Amino acid sequence: MTTRRNPDERIALLQGTLDLLILKTLVLGSCHGQGIARSIKRQSEEVFFVDHGSLYLALQRLEDKKLISARWGVSDNNRRARFYSLTAKGREQLVEKTTEWQRLARAIGLILAGGRASGEEA
Amino acid sequence: MFRRRRSAKDFAEEIQAHLELETDELKDEGLSEEEAHRTAKIAFGNVAATREQFRLRNRVVWLDHLVRDLRFAFRQMARNPGFAATAILVLGLGMGVSVAIFAFVDAALLEPLPYANPSRLMSVNESNARFPRWPLSYPDFLDWQRMNKSFSSLDVYSGTAYLLGTSSGMESVQAERVSGGFFRTLGVHPILGRDFHPGEDRLGGPNVLLLNYSTWLNRFGGNRNVIGRTVDLDGTAFTVIGVLPRVFSFAPAGNAEFWVPINVLGHHEHSRGFFAFWGIGRLRDGVSITSALAEMKTIAGQLHREYGSTGFDLSASVVPLSEVIVGDIRPILLTLLSGVVLLLLIACVNVGSLVLVRTESRRREVAVRGVLGASPVRLVSQFVTEGLLLAALGTLAGVLASAGVMKLLSRLVPKDMAANMPFLKGVQLNAHTLIFAASIGLFAAAMTAATPIFRLSFQNVHDGLAEGDRGSANRFWRRLGSNLVVIELVIAVVLMAGAGLLARSLYQLLHVPLGFDPNHLATVEVTIPGTTYRNDAQVAELYREVVRRVKGLSGVESAGMTSRLPVQCDCNTDDIQVVGRPALNQNEEVNERHVSPGYLPALGATLLRGRYFTEADDASKPGVAVINETLARKYFPNEDPIGQRISNTEGGNPTVWEIVGEIKDVHEGPLDVYTWPAEYFPLDQTPNGGISLVLRTRQDPGALLPSVVRALHEIDANISVSDEETMNAQIDATQAALLHRFSAWLVGGFAIAALFLGVVGLYGVIAYSVSQRTREIGVRIALGARRSAVYALVMRQAGWLTGAGIAIGLVCSVGASQLMRSLLFGVETWDPLTLCCVSLLVAVASVVATFLPARRAASVNPVEALRAE
Repeated sequence: MTTRRNPDERIALLQGTLDLLILKTLVLGSCHGQGIARSIKRQSEEVFFVDHGSLYLALQRLEDKKLISARWGVSDNNRRARFYSLTAKGREQLVEKTTEWQRLARAIGLILAGGRASGEEA
Repeated sequence: MFRRRRSAKDFAEEIQAHLELETDELKDEGLSEEEAHRTAKIAFGNVAATREQFRLRNRVVWLDHLVRDLRFAFRQMARNPGFAATAILVLGLGMGVSVAIFAFVDAALLEPLPYANPSRLMSVNESNARFPRWPLSYPDFLDWQRMNKSFSSLDVYSGTAYLLGTSSGMESVQAERVSGGFFRTLGVHPILGRDFHPGEDRLGGPNVLLLNYSTWLNRFGGNRNVIGRTVDLDGTAFTVIGVLPRVFSFAPAGNAEFWVPINVLGHHEHSRGFFAFWGIGRLRDGVSITSALAEMKTIAGQLHREYGSTGFDLSASVVPLSEVIVGDIRPILLTLLSGVVLLLLIACVNVGSLVLVRTESRRREVAVRGVLGASPVRLVSQFVTEGLLLAALGTLAGVLASAGVMKLLSRLVPKDMAANMPFLKGVQLNAHTLIFAASIGLFAAAMTAATPIFRLSFQNVHDGLAEGDRGSANRFWRRLGSNLVVIELVIAVVLMAGAGLLARSLYQLLHVPLGFDPNHLATVEVTIPGTTYRNDAQVAELYREVVRRVKGLSGVESAGMTSRLPVQCDCNTDDIQVVGRPALNQNEEVNERHVSPGYLPALGATLLRGRYFTEADDASKPGVAVINETLARKYFPNEDPIGQRISNTEGGNPTVWEIVGEIKDVHEGPLDVYTWPAEYFPLDQTPNGGISLVLRTRQDPGALLPSVVRALHEIDANISVSDEETMNAQIDATQAALLHRFSAWLVGGFAIAALFLGVVGLYGVIAYSVSQRTREIGVRIALGARRSAVYALVMRQAGWLTGAGIAIGLVCSVGASQLMRSLLFGVETWDPLTLCCVSLLVAVASVVATFLPARRAASVNPVEALRAE
């Protein structure tokens, strides 16, 4: 049982990260999938390269959870595209996840810093 | 949940849009068209895989669970095959019978008649107080057709028989004479050739005919060049002009093979007093049945006034054609359908109660799984899966069984009846029946799955572990189960009593005193071609030759001929008057039979007074008659009928007959009807075109039949010989015998099914109760109760239920058999022998069903029973 559940947990972790990045990007206004991908890549100073296929599955997941909503529209260069925008629920979730992430990052940072200290002692 | 789910197509479009946007942007960054395209695709990754994941995003989990639940359910069944087999058998039985009966209902009542817009087709006829439908005379038909405004077309049909000339001699065939627009009125078009041309049905029109599809296949090998070929009917060449579609059938025409336009009228058929034509009409749009009926009544009244045709007090009738074709069978089928639905309901409840027994023993398993973290939904879905699996297997078994039941039932339907119910050929597993099977399968699944869900409260898993659930729910289930079992046993008793009574009726019917000895009698029907034997003297000479020839066959004791075999029907009746007495009422019908001198002696009839006919009683002598006892008693009470004279209208001429003999009643009519008065005239004085030959044989009459046929063909190959059978077979095949046999088998089948279900239900309830009382029984045994006492404990409970079921059932069955009194013959509705046998049978079956759980109870190990708690 446990071995089977492990991959799920790993995926969930990655999903959580990607979801958070998407929600953050959409705070600035509605955007289509390709725009979101570009934006994440640019804002993370090209560190995060988002696999586009996973991105669309993540978008669909968020939509199913009603964290974002979507409708078809026309892009700047006159192409048809599906535009996503944040729902009220999504905004709440973003705040919550951001706090959670910051606490997690801080805690991991503390542990990693502490670990290095103890390592030096040994 | 409320929103429409996003389609895979929409998702694919979005991917496409993305690729285009990305390509645009990459081009802006300075890449060539081709490179940009490629880079965008690489960056996206596997498009197909992404789309696949989109499709599967919500499914994987439950599919995985379903597979696991199914596997578990199969393992459960394999571990307890007795339970699984019983449940599947019970469900299969209920479903099989339901589906089969539904197939009949579907074929007869739901599948519309195979005509265009059948609801507008009416049966248009005369009627009077005695007969709601009475045929038309041909002149009246022509006037009705001309004068009416309610029908867009009005046509008639009339059954007839021909001698068909084939390479192997003459054969008697059925045909239908129809007016020219008959098929246009029905909305049926020939698949080959053409319909009748207008005018072909005028007097003196051409000799043409249409073939039934089956006739085309059987007699012409389905040859497409059949159009233009000729068929020899009664020595006249008819040209084939068309072939009717395979799906075409017209129930009132029975087995008619050929369809001939009415362009030749017989001698009587010109008369307004000769009623032989049945009308059908297609209502004009917007005309209601009531207004059409009103118009036809006016027309009929006008014609009757104009031509002074009175006597029968006729008026018009307009009823839907479907009513005429399936009207008789509808109440029977609907009764049957409700019967089988009841049976199915009982089957489902029974399986539910069996599942309940199983659930009880799994109470602990459920509790443990609940504690280990299985969500209530998962636990419920496990039981639902098991219920579904049982129901699915039961449905499968039922559908397979239904095919067999359908065949069996179709074979049970008497052949003569089947000819008038062509829609029975449509009885089969088709889309309708399968949909019905699927829906009752779902119903069964719901019943089997719902029972454990209601029973097991998945919330209180701790109660389950602590085995503390001895509350009111428990008693409720036990009481409900007990009541259901009593009802089931009542139904079984009622049905079995019905079946028993019907079986005894059948026995009585087949032992009705016939007035003759039916054993060692062979019969054949002989039709002679009117073209070779033109005058009465030639016919009489042929008949004498026939009797002489067959008497010469080895094994034949005596032989004779009659216009109609006994035990067939009260028809060919006659209105008689007694000479020298005041006129008798009309409709005083007596059976009229034309017989050869040797017939009554060959039959083994008993002569009470006077003499039989002799060869000397021929056409040159004054008419003589032999009468039966009933006629003598009715018209000549307390006097000697010999020498008295009766008169009738024979062949259109008033004739007087002197009574020369009186015989003990020979049962001419159907077995279940009291003997009518009957008169016998010498065949030589009343020539007849078709007769039945009766031979008394020394050994098995069946073995003799082929040589009789050969002997007749040696006299003249053009004589048509048909229906060669022994007298006993003829009697067995009569409507009365078949009807009684059919109903006895049918109700018997139901009764066996009901008994089986009742017994399974009883087993379920007792087994459940034993499983509930294991601890109590353990305590009793520990305290010194003997095994026999435990047996008694369990059997007593079953005894009460069975006793109640039998007692209530007997009361109900007396009431129920009152309802089917018309089907009973020679048996009281409260026949003690039948009721005793039924009670005994149910009691024995119940004891057998109770024995298993009783033994389980008696073999409880007290130590284990107590420790297990």
